[in-house]
Amino acid sequence: MKKVRCPIYVQNYYFCIISELQIIIAMNKHEWPLWEIFIRSRAGLDHKHVGSLHAADAQMAIEMARDVYTRRQEGISIWAVESAHIHASNPEDAGSFYEPMNDKVYRHPTFYDLPDEITHM
Amino acid sequence: MYPSLIKYILQLADNSLIHGHRLSEWCGHGPILEVDIALSNIALDQIGAARSFYQYAAALEGNQKTEDSYPYHRDVRSFYNVLLLELPKGNFGDTIVRSFFFDAFQFELYSALLKSTDTQIAAIAEKSLKEVTYHLRFSSEWLVRLGDGTAESQHKIQKSVYAYWDYCGEMFDMSDAEKDMLSAGVSVNTVALKSNWEQTVANTLEEATLSYPLAKENAWFHKGGKNGIHTEHLGFLLAEMQYLQKSYPGAEW
Repeated sequence: MKKVRCPIYVQNYYFCIISELQIIIAMNKHEWPLWEIFIRSRAGLDHKHVGSLHAADAQMAIEMARDVYTRRQEGISIWAVESAHIHASNPEDAGSFYEPMNDKVYRHPTFYDLPDEITHM
Repeated sequence: MYPSLIKYILQLADNSLIHGHRLSEWCGHGPILEVDIALSNIALDQIGAARSFYQYAAALEGNQKTEDSYPYHRDVRSFYNVLLLELPKGNFGDTIVRSFFFDAFQFELYSALLKSTDTQIAAIAEKSLKEVTYHLRFSSEWLVRLGDGTAESQHKIQKSVYAYWDYCGEMFDMSDAEKDMLSAGVSVNTVALKSNWEQTVANTLEEATLSYPLAKENAWFHKGGKNGIHTEHLGFLLAEMQYLQKSYPGAEW
């Protein structure tokens, strides 16, 4: 598996040096496991998936996530989940999973007349 | 010669600048991407703290000095950082050990500087302490991982511990500027910080299953940096750092 990372902007000394790193990580048996990182941006909001990284264990994953994903004040809480523990739907099932919903507009609650005084709907 | 207060501020600033510069040399060369970013973040924290101190020194000195005057327009003999920080960055384990020794010291130093009678110094210490708390956590973490890791990582980092040990004493050896500023409550009695530092170092090295020399009374250590007497390495570092300003004085972009 090849993984191309995003550019990192690194401010050095008093000036900005923009360095674009493309790290190619080859999967092999020595590779650290992959972790999915979720960040909560503010109290009250939910954790959102922001990306993934390789780390030897959960503690390292959280510390690395702090350095990689919160350096511009993106968040106040980090979750790390080992990617292997995530079960995903199969893209090949998309036809039977999602297409039947296309012609069922009545499932959207858009046919009601709302009184004006009701807001935030 | 600078008055003691400015010299003391420069000493604090130079430690941060030179440490930050050495860490910045890892940018693009880290063992993995995430560590590369972490080291660059720490370098920026240190250089940021150095800037605050330089700005304060420039304001005190006046004379059209700016924060840039100190890093770019002083020669080796007018830098007051400890020798430990100017040594070449070495391998990753070397950088971790060196950072750990200094982070543990800086943590104690800034904690004590919170009570400095100089409010500006106390304010910079307060802001930096949060950063240094994380730096110490980062370097301690890696020290334990490498020490308690594979046979190869343990062998390498054990070498680093012995290589830098004899440079640690200088951090607690008070310079004239530090002594002068002590009675006014501006500086900190660094000798008094040593027992906490030794405790942190002993605990972490033990957790890392590493051995270290027993602390001896009056043990010999490398020194000179606080008085401007440096190793050959600082000259090369400054040559690179100051190249642009020396070749094109006043250059901006």
